[in-house]
Amino acid sequence: MAGLSVENLTVRYGAVTAVRGVSFDVADGSVLGLVGESGSGKSTVARALVGLTPSAGTMRINGADLSSRQARRRVQLVFQDSRSSLDPRFTVEQCVMEGLVGFRRRDASARVAELLDLVSLDPAIARSRPGNLSGGQRQRVAIARALAARPDVLIADEVTASLDVSVQAVVLNLLRRLRAKLGLTMVFISHNLAVVQYMCDELAVMFNGRIVEFGPADEVIEQAEHPYTRSLLAAIPEMGQRRLLSESAVEASTVTDPPPSGGCAYRLRCPIGPAADPEREICRTLEPAATAGRVHRAACHFARERDESIVPRA
Amino acid sequence: MTAAMTSSRGHRLGRAVSGGVPLVLVLLFVFLSVAAPSIWGNDASASNVAEANQSISAAHWMGTDDLGRDILARTVVATRNSLVLAVLATIVGGCVGIGLGLLSAMSRRLSRALGAVINVLIAFPALLLAIFFAVLFGIGSVGSVLAVGASFAPGFARITQTLTASVVSKEYVEASHVLGRGPLYRTFRHILPNIAEPIILYSTIHIGTAVLALSGLSFLGLGVQPPVYDWGRLLNDGLTRIYVTPGVAIAPSVAIVLAGLTFNLAGERLSDLIGGRRSAPPARRRESRPAEPSPSLAGGSLLDVRHLRVSYPAADGRLTTPVRDVSFSLAPKERVGIVGESGSGKSMTAAAIAQLVEEPGHVEAEALRFMDADLLAPDRATQHLLGRNMAMVFQDPGEALNPAIKIGTHLIEPAVIHLDEKKQDAKRKALDALRAVAITDPARRYEQHQHELSGGMKQRVGIAIGLMGEARLLIADEPTTALDVTVQRQILRLIDRLGEQTEAGLLFISHDIAVVSELCDRVIVMYAGFIVEEAKTGSLLASPAHPYTSVLLAASPRMGLDKSEPLMAIDGRMPGPDADLPGCYFAARCPHADSTCLSSRPPLRVLADGHRAACWHPLTEPGNAPTPEGVTI
Repeated sequence: MAGLSVENLTVRYGAVTAVRGVSFDVADGSVLGLVGESGSGKSTVARALVGLTPSAGTMRINGADLSSRQARRRVQLVFQDSRSSLDPRFTVEQCVMEGLVGFRRRDASARVAELLDLVSLDPAIARSRPGNLSGGQRQRVAIARALAARPDVLIADEVTASLDVSVQAVVLNLLRRLRAKLGLTMVFISHNLAVVQYMCDELAVMFNGRIVEFGPADEVIEQAEHPYTRSLLAAIPEMGQRRLLSESAVEASTVTDPPPSGGCAYRLRCPIGPAADPEREICRTLEPAATAGRVHRAACHFARERDESIVPRA
Repeated sequence: MTAAMTSSRGHRLGRAVSGGVPLVLVLLFVFLSVAAPSIWGNDASASNVAEANQSISAAHWMGTDDLGRDILARTVVATRNSLVLAVLATIVGGCVGIGLGLLSAMSRRLSRALGAVINVLIAFPALLLAIFFAVLFGIGSVGSVLAVGASFAPGFARITQTLTASVVSKEYVEASHVLGRGPLYRTFRHILPNIAEPIILYSTIHIGTAVLALSGLSFLGLGVQPPVYDWGRLLNDGLTRIYVTPGVAIAPSVAIVLAGLTFNLAGERLSDLIGGRRSAPPARRRESRPAEPSPSLAGGSLLDVRHLRVSYPAADGRLTTPVRDVSFSLAPKERVGIVGESGSGKSMTAAAIAQLVEEPGHVEAEALRFMDADLLAPDRATQHLLGRNMAMVFQDPGEALNPAIKIGTHLIEPAVIHLDEKKQDAKRKALDALRAVAITDPARRYEQHQHELSGGMKQRVGIAIGLMGEARLLIADEPTTALDVTVQRQILRLIDRLGEQTEAGLLFISHDIAVVSELCDRVIVMYAGFIVEEAKTGSLLASPAHPYTSVLLAASPRMGLDKSEPLMAIDGRMPGPDADLPGCYFAARCPHADSTCLSSRPPLRVLADGHRAACWHPLTEPGNAPTPEGVTI
């Protein structure tokens, strides 16, 4: 059964289309990872899901439509930078209380203490202000605030990107514990594929406003079908491996502008597309669509063709 | 000593004058507004035709008016009317203006229309507007208050609009929206409190302006009407006799000027107080230079840093020390990485080497040498050497390029200034450099400005600029942090390839130990301004000696982690640059710390060949291997 179901989500900013007909289902209680480069539309999807950006398309939670403001409360977003997502003039208690509706004052305080405890914070910090907390503590306050609204779906948009490595793990462990304890459905957005693999059950790779590959996280990472996913994977620095300096899945060009419309948006950079193999004319003329019905699908004309230089991981 | 004391006393005196005087005056005006009518009310209204139109005398310090009423008493009594009306006018203007400003900042549809109206109104002088509105609202106290209020509204609207626009896009306002809170809640709970400070300052200053404006209206006969009077009215009455009995004009004029100045000064004093409201702790003891012997450094090194320390005086008189004690060297062609989290002092170390620490920053070191030039006493020749042989690539390539200057000019600058090359030769070289960093169509890019390039392209240009000299050392400070992984890979490959070609040394600074390990032969780990560990890359990854390094390695997520296990994590935060601890700066977070660690600082000791660590209990000693249970929360 689908926890969160998104169909044909499209977001336009004036003349620019940031998200082009994105559809996906996240099973109840599972975590979908959303990866892609900056400008791929992953954060716009997050903003559209919580109603911060006007969008076209349908969104449902367990079959119920998400259009009223009250229904939207069932989807909560945790922002990247807790420094700007918490009002500096609020106390921690006031921050978390913002997510509570219909509580009496004393009950609300008790509930805030419960929520702080849930995110492994000492409830005694309820009176401090965000400016006096560490980055990891602030991000946990932001998570507690989102949980106060009792969401069915939690969207985490680069929640650890502005944290130091030693603190990032605290927040990741917390999110995994919460998911197990509360049965949260999550959309986890990150540019860090290692984090996404650790956190997610399924993985969607976005490029230029579309999902170009979708499937079970381990499968997408170990048997990537789309050449863009493969070049993303080849670009992850790994300790002491000197992988980045190897030749595998090097992109054909460094251009960042998408090519003129028609055909595959990745074709100019694609290591197996027309830039590398001029006979692949189809990439210039026909926009690839993902094979429907497969659990693991990729929007590429040559999706099955594996790059032999990618060694399956242990 | 004496001079310092005198200057500090003088400083204090100056502060008392600028801070105390407006406060005393404000209190005086408030007192007069409240009490003057009941104390001097009789004197001010008792007419005595026998003493009419008198000049300054002992009985009447400022003379009398045509009904023989004492001018000084009238001026003092008029304080209430003048100030109450001014405050009311400011409140009217503030409420209308803030309301309009909020509306126009919140609603996109309204913003254009309201914005245009505000723009037009702001273009008129306030007094002109006030006169116009006074005629419109009718002559008298109410009319003049409304008029001055209306003339203030555009200013309030503009400042509110600007401030609101900056707050409304903040994530905490968006989060509130996501939590289902309505626009009214967001306005009153988030926006107003966060714009209140500047608005209150603006209002205080405007009370002074309102006094002037209302007096002006009364003087013109548009304001309060007899028998009620304020300072402007008194001035109007007295002006005809200014040459006969000057007191009648001087008294209200002085009052007007004094009130105007008082509220302006009070507003500024308030803004000073708010700006620097943190209490100032006493100056701190300066750390003495560590006594341990410096590590033996190989001769003929390209870069030699010994006991480097960078400090800044903080606003409150304390000293902050982003770099506390850093010693290392870099051999020609060697690639060294500095890894550390935010606040570890890694970027400041790079800045000190590149002579980029600006006043009031203070760089101290036992030795700071680059290619045998002493960077602690730089002369012209050293500057040339740096310009020619040291290249720097920054984290944000957009910040490093002047948006008003063409890419080409950025490129040829080092060659023209430091190598005295001709512009034509430099341009040819610049095009080659652009080609070397894989920029397509270099001739076109040469003529462009930075905003026309993508992030990755800007970073390529940054590296190309480094190539224009004869770089012996490339310092790259988080050059790929702002970039996507695929672009990061391109840039790292580029740095690697160019390093091979030019045989330049590399000092690569990053928070990401994986990125550093891809490129560098040796890795230095920094924490809180200290080097905590230094080793060959392989040895550091295989057997970290410092508990912090081990945590850093274990906490960095990598592909193929076991999903059933929690990640190794360590809570807490790094001591800031203003901390002054006697012991190890990592002790508070360290799973192995004991009382020694808290009380005395571990020196950077050599553990094995080329492997140094600053720890009393290094992990490479047998039986001290890290256990995930020990540090997992």
